[in-house]
Amino acid sequence: MKPAGFDYYAPRSVDEAVHVLADAGRDCRVLAGGQSLMPMLNCRIVSPAVLVDINRIEELDRVEATDASLTLGALVRHADLLRNPQIRAGWPLLTEATAYVAHPAIRNRGTVCGSISHNDPAAEQPSILVTLGGTVVIAGAAGRRELPAEKFLTGIMSNALEPGEMVVAVRYPRPVAGTSAAFVEFARRLGDFALAGAAVMLTIRKGVCEQARVTVVGMGDGPFRAHEAEAVLTGSALNGKTSKDAFTEAVAKVVAGVEPSEDVHASADYRRHLAGVMTARALQTAFERSGGA
Amino acid sequence: MAREQRIQVTVNGRAYDKVVPVRLSLADFIREHLYLTGTHLGCEHGVCGACTVLMNGRSVRSCLTLAVQAEGAEIVTIEGLRAEDGTRHPMQQAFHENFALQCGYCTPGMLITAIELLRENPDPSELEVREALSGNICRCSGYQAIVNAVLAVARRGAAG
Repeated sequence: MKPAGFDYYAPRSVDEAVHVLADAGRDCRVLAGGQSLMPMLNCRIVSPAVLVDINRIEELDRVEATDASLTLGALVRHADLLRNPQIRAGWPLLTEATAYVAHPAIRNRGTVCGSISHNDPAAEQPSILVTLGGTVVIAGAAGRRELPAEKFLTGIMSNALEPGEMVVAVRYPRPVAGTSAAFVEFARRLGDFALAGAAVMLTIRKGVCEQARVTVVGMGDGPFRAHEAEAVLTGSALNGKTSKDAFTEAVAKVVAGVEPSEDVHASADYRRHLAGVMTARALQTAFERSGGA
Repeated sequence: MAREQRIQVTVNGRAYDKVVPVRLSLADFIREHLYLTGTHLGCEHGVCGACTVLMNGRSVRSCLTLAVQAEGAEIVTIEGLRAEDGTRHPMQQAFHENFALQCGYCTPGMLITAIELLRENPDPSELEVREALSGNICRCSGYQAIVNAVLAVARRGAAG
């Protein structure tokens, strides 16, 4: 349970980090909060030749909220996010979901960008980035590029980073007026990895759902964006009577669409069932928060 | 590239200047280089919580932190909780009074986690205590007594 040997670099700037990464090539890992990478190193699931510790790069430890968007640098920890009143007010879905991330000591070290880069299918942060329509800011020797969440996340524990690149920030657009959202998840114990969870964002104006986002956590491949459920909801009138039918139909689309895997924690059928229950609860909660009933 | 590095770190108020392998965990540094064996290692991959220490005032898993990452940091371990005259920390005293330990293996991590909780939330509900302690595993099935101890400290308003 000890990591294999590696060369250790702790650069002070993104430019310096990118140079180190360019020289290191493929056999290299970026260390931020380390709450996923350190277990993998300790268990020798990965044994990179080079470890680039970005914790000394001050420019990455920043939260920037504007009228247009929220930017979280690569050193913003889950716990920093939870304490931030600007995020709670402007992006309450992010705060609500982050409270489910692991345990206090893990939240104190683990970073939002790290969780998104790691893309564990049971993790909350990748799904929230997808639900909010966020982007990932990437730095490399050739400069910077910004990818939409669904282009960045390329499958189970995989992302679109090229060798020599690193994530420097994630960006969430500010939800438009009339938007309400909810996140729920189910785990066997507090703080455990979710067996299933659902994030919902509804934009309702004059009783009509103008935009809907439904993302399910804990399914096989990473965030499951329920496009068919969103299509059912978008354009539908949502009031006390019609919402029930629309939500039932949307939940049915989720249950039919998810492709959960089976493991020691839960069978695929149970996960599929939970995906429906979580989606139903998230839809109802988001709807109630919009003032509907 | 050297596989060892010099670090300066303060542990329980005492300054240390040591050369350590870069792959050494903070937990092994505390135990095997400083001989502070009160910090326990259970799972070594962040699940059990026994190795939890305070780093710059925040609880961290010392098995998931490299010793070199503690450069310049202030660390508090269970050995640093007692007052200089030997008086137990109020949380230690409450664990003692409430029979909140049996084998004692999880206790260092439980204490550090509970102390951080009460500093951030001095009057937690029982559920909030359970949520905060959910990342610390006790295999003697002593959770009820541990929760009682934490709530007792909160009631006394002596979180320290």
